[in-house]
Amino acid sequence: MAAAGSEIDSLSRLALFADLTRPQLERIAHTYEEDMFAEGQRVLRKGFSGSGLYVILDGEARVVLGDRELARLGRGEFFGDVSALLDTPPVSDIVAATALRCMVVPREEVETFLVQHPTVALRMLKVSLQRLADVLEWQA
Amino acid sequence: MAGLEPGEYPVVVVGSGPGGLQTSYFLSRLGVEHVVITADDAPGGMFRRYPIFQRLLSWSKPDAPVERTTREYEWFDHNSLLSDEPTYRALVPAQMDRSYFVPSRPEMEAGLTAFAKQCTLPIRYGCTWESTRREDDGSLTLTTSDGEFRCRAAVFALGVTEPWKSDIPGIEHVPHYVDTGKPRDYEGKRVIVIGKRNSGFEIADGLLPWARQVLLISPRPTQTSVLALSSVRVRYLQPLEDHELGGGTLALDAAIERVEKTESGFRIFATGTTRPCELALDCDAAIAATGFRTPLRDLDQLGVMTVSQGRIPALTPFFEATGSPGIYFAGNATQGAPGLRKHGVGASSPAVHGFRYNARILARHLAETRFDVSLERPAIAPADIVPYLAHELTHGPELWTQKAYLARVVSFTDGTARDEGVEPLAHFVDAAGPDALAATVEMDAAGEIYPVLYVRRGGEVDERILHPDPVNAFGNPAYIRALTQAVADLT
Repeated sequence: MAAAGSEIDSLSRLALFADLTRPQLERIAHTYEEDMFAEGQRVLRKGFSGSGLYVILDGEARVVLGDRELARLGRGEFFGDVSALLDTPPVSDIVAATALRCMVVPREEVETFLVQHPTVALRMLKVSLQRLADVLEWQA
Repeated sequence: MAGLEPGEYPVVVVGSGPGGLQTSYFLSRLGVEHVVITADDAPGGMFRRYPIFQRLLSWSKPDAPVERTTREYEWFDHNSLLSDEPTYRALVPAQMDRSYFVPSRPEMEAGLTAFAKQCTLPIRYGCTWESTRREDDGSLTLTTSDGEFRCRAAVFALGVTEPWKSDIPGIEHVPHYVDTGKPRDYEGKRVIVIGKRNSGFEIADGLLPWARQVLLISPRPTQTSVLALSSVRVRYLQPLEDHELGGGTLALDAAIERVEKTESGFRIFATGTTRPCELALDCDAAIAATGFRTPLRDLDQLGVMTVSQGRIPALTPFFEATGSPGIYFAGNATQGAPGLRKHGVGASSPAVHGFRYNARILARHLAETRFDVSLERPAIAPADIVPYLAHELTHGPELWTQKAYLARVVSFTDGTARDEGVEPLAHFVDAAGPDALAATVEMDAAGEIYPVLYVRRGGEVDERILHPDPVNAFGNPAYIRALTQAVADLT
């Protein structure tokens, strides 16, 4: 089924997808589900198997470990990448901080998705390295 | 029907398709007063007209390994509505002529009509819901063609029934799936079907004996490597085989840029997605199998939010509209409560066999949280807990139908084990609650089916994945040991 143009436009405005052509964006919009979470609802659960890669289309999410908020993620940012790619359960919870709209790539399709869209993979890699650098800096 | 006049009701259900009928049935059995209003003049909803080619997708096996009147039979009968009383069970296979193990549309409609009639559901026909407003006290008023209905909670069981087209320039000239002509209208024609999900393939399959050539186009490739997870059911795969064997049918992965009307039909301009290419395709006829949306009317003004390009309401695990308390959905629209989506496997909520269980959960939730009905939670003797859960894992139709979505829950409080019934898994793992064990049947992306136990202790939930079994019997010693351990951890 064809996706509405506005949906494609909103994908195209995310930095992660900035290099993709319109047909590529249409295929992505047709292939992956969009989920909406109410404020306070859990999206990823620490220790549970089978979770996918989430790209935030709208709203904010909190990265939570126990009672501590580790980080906040906003529009265009992603989560679930580590557990999806390393096939390990998430090490923290992700909770919707506002009404949260995400695109979901199922775990088993993440590698194919990234191989098919190398520019997305490269942009994700840069963000992941930045996150790692932030942790190293904090530890130092 | 007398006594179903406009006025004040605890609950108003809108729609008399399978979702509305099933919700009404369970509300009745729980003693929650309500009225069902429907614009139609008979029950059945979409099944009064569709599918176009008059045959359903899902099985109802007139004969099965278990008796028709049992709860376990529900897994073998995906189309009948649920009933606590054995006499109202399995009403669809009772109508079937057994020419096929999937019922025809008229057989399905007859089964739903029999259910509405035999269960004496409170349905007001010919009453069209027109608008909605929220009162200062939080209650809802539904304006209808017959007058105003006021209620504390409204359940919209409207299906995903409003024809929906994408905004491809020129697609407005292309008839939607619902306006597909008779097969012989397509005799000798080259037909382009826009859309490669079930409805697109249903059209292609139905036109193969008539059309000169059928082309299906959409951006997403049709994946069939794991049949259980395919976006198209096997029943409609004939055109795909024809494509794979080079028989003339084409299933193209392409994004359509625009549709132009020509003297004899249409010209469609598209760009390949799986293989980059530019296409300009001529045809004599085209059909937009682009799907449907939930007819939400003015509900967005009451804060109901949507997913899937505005087509589906976004819902909580108990099927309440995200951002609009008191507004609930039943039927096909319950797909708006996605659950955990483990391994990308979705629930069966878009089909009768899935959403009929959602309706029971919704009715119980409404009864308990809004109308102070105390639900039965029978105690289970310690020696019976493990055999009971092993039986549910092997035969429980809720767990098999709604994999990784619904769970059988047994709670442990003050030394007593109680059957909490079936709950949404997302609710069990996310909401605080007593120490409890939830059992589910799940599927991974390779199509393996296996049980999973969720053990909740002191508010923390841990997941225990069990192995698959070659004959899907989860009662052998390995499963008994795992269940026994989980119960021991909670007592």
